[in-house]
Amino acid sequence: MTNPKGRFGIHGGQYIPETLMNAVIELEQAYEFYKNDPAFNAELETLFNEYANRPSLLYYASKMTADLGGAKIYLKREDLNHTGAHKINNVLGQALLAKKMGKTRLIAETGAGQHGVATATAAALMGMECVVFMGEEDTKRQALNVYRMRLLGAEVIPVTSGTATLKDAVSEAMREWTSRIADTHYCLGSVMGPHPFPTIVRDFQAVISKEIRAQILEKEGRLPDAVIACVGGGSNAIGTFYHFIPDADVRLIGCEAAGRGIDTFETAATINTGKLGIFHGMKSYFCQDEYGQIAPVYSISAGLDYPGIGPEHAHLHDTGRAEYVAVTDDEAVNAFEYLSRTEGIIPAIESAHAVAHAMKIAPQMAKDQIIVITISGRGDKDCAAIARYRGEDIHE
Amino acid sequence: MSKIREAFRNGKAFIPFITCGDPDLETTGRIVREMEAAGADLIELGIPFSDPTAEGPVIQGANIRALAGGVTTDRIFDFVRELRQDVRVPLVFMTYANVVFSYGIERFAQKCAETGIDGIILPDVPHEEKEEFAPACRACGIDFISLIAPTSENRIAEIAKDAEGFLYVVSSLGVTGVRSEINTDLAAMTAQIRANTDIPCAIGFGISTPEQAAAMAAIADGVIVGSAIVRRIGEHGRDAAPVVGEYVRSMKNAIR
Repeated sequence: MTNPKGRFGIHGGQYIPETLMNAVIELEQAYEFYKNDPAFNAELETLFNEYANRPSLLYYASKMTADLGGAKIYLKREDLNHTGAHKINNVLGQALLAKKMGKTRLIAETGAGQHGVATATAAALMGMECVVFMGEEDTKRQALNVYRMRLLGAEVIPVTSGTATLKDAVSEAMREWTSRIADTHYCLGSVMGPHPFPTIVRDFQAVISKEIRAQILEKEGRLPDAVIACVGGGSNAIGTFYHFIPDADVRLIGCEAAGRGIDTFETAATINTGKLGIFHGMKSYFCQDEYGQIAPVYSISAGLDYPGIGPEHAHLHDTGRAEYVAVTDDEAVNAFEYLSRTEGIIPAIESAHAVAHAMKIAPQMAKDQIIVITISGRGDKDCAAIARYRGEDIHE
Repeated sequence: MSKIREAFRNGKAFIPFITCGDPDLETTGRIVREMEAAGADLIELGIPFSDPTAEGPVIQGANIRALAGGVTTDRIFDFVRELRQDVRVPLVFMTYANVVFSYGIERFAQKCAETGIDGIILPDVPHEEKEEFAPACRACGIDFISLIAPTSENRIAEIAKDAEGFLYVVSSLGVTGVRSEINTDLAAMTAQIRANTDIPCAIGFGISTPEQAAAMAAIADGVIVGSAIVRRIGEHGRDAAPVVGEYVRSMKNAIR
């Protein structure tokens, strides 16, 4: 019999070493208190609005809409947030919570570097120490973000174990947390890991769909037909979906990184190629072999290069409430270039996966239908890598 | 009485850990037999996992070497069946939740019973999630071994009351690996454990020298050593068996 605590259907749970159990229990208790505390929520809202530039714009992409010739396309501009991605929403919430709990040090994992930069930013703002674990492979792919974190006062530790990417950074951050708990909060960057993280991160990211809902009702007087977001662990996607889950007429579409294709081994599309398992504190779907060894995954996007998916997404997949589609490197790079030229908006390569899927479905939809795509981050960090993908070697 | 309890009848128990298939199963077999001959009272056999989040660099390295050598859960079950033709010492598996879950929890427990495994330790399955695994083990007569950490505090009584086989007392914060000193108040922890159960407790994590082992044995029923052995296997490869045997003998002598 599985423990019902922190479950989304059969997924979720708390599969972590005993050493960390009191830490997650303490976190859960603190969160249960502060999430209903008006002073905490007022403080967080001020940080969102005065520091992080919320609410983010809901922009009508008229040229893209005209070009694709189908549904009206809106872009939720999380790329305009301070630090350039949706990651700041969760980090400000967790850093504030950690501070209330008396913690003085934040640790975090990062893939593309966006969550690491956001955590380093919040630590600087709140006068906390910060250590970020980043796969060595990713420190090379995202050298600019490594420098930004150091500039913000964080220590960046390159992780060489395993595939030296995001999953190894998560493993190393977990190891570090077991060795230093009293003064340290693990600021997990996605809707994954042991309970209560998937719930806490979702709640802080849910501001995205809360705003979309109000903004689209104001602009169009109705809800969208589909909301689309990219999914690695799934934090911007759950943020985009959350307030639409009860609205059965709104399609929820998550775009996974197929890498070189879901029929190859070089993929990170968990729902499309993975199976049920237990890893990084949670039961969910994972890319793995027949003996449960976690697969080395691949995507051009360091932020989606993860072999698992958050437990709430796994549940939304099981129930059929959300759809999860696979988008290849090639399609994402095309979308990266398309949005840049069509709307003058350079999206993160992660977000370009969502743009690519919208480009496929919008032309099949009627002109009075509405799609909202969450642009989870800005693409400046990806320019050098995309240039290389196109055979052009540029140096920053 | 389970076979694991018997391991604690020969004075203080010495419990070595090795990773199966590091560097190959033939070497693992030689090391197990040497350790048994050198006085090991119970042996922990690691089934390698790609991402062992509770391990320090030394045992992570062993996991990588073993998987690179092509070891699988099925090959390890075959290996244990072969070991059991002459090896009598109690054996427990140490691995991660996903290895057992992906094999099928009931199928895994049945295979353990069939091949001669006496218990299972899963460091990423805390008390809260134990009931997903323990009933299938119980049904096959396999002990599901629980861990208690320096941070367990108010949780100790509940974990101890439900304990099976022995209790694995984690000596200090952090992952596995050799430590120069251990500062946890382990005497207070073991006293609290004993107030709640008569199941033996063994201390592990960070122990490498005979002096440390003697100090731990003075407050617990057994001592678990992993990284110090795995490091020797890493250094000596296929020739590690006699070196490990000699080390185990010195450690067992230190706690007698």
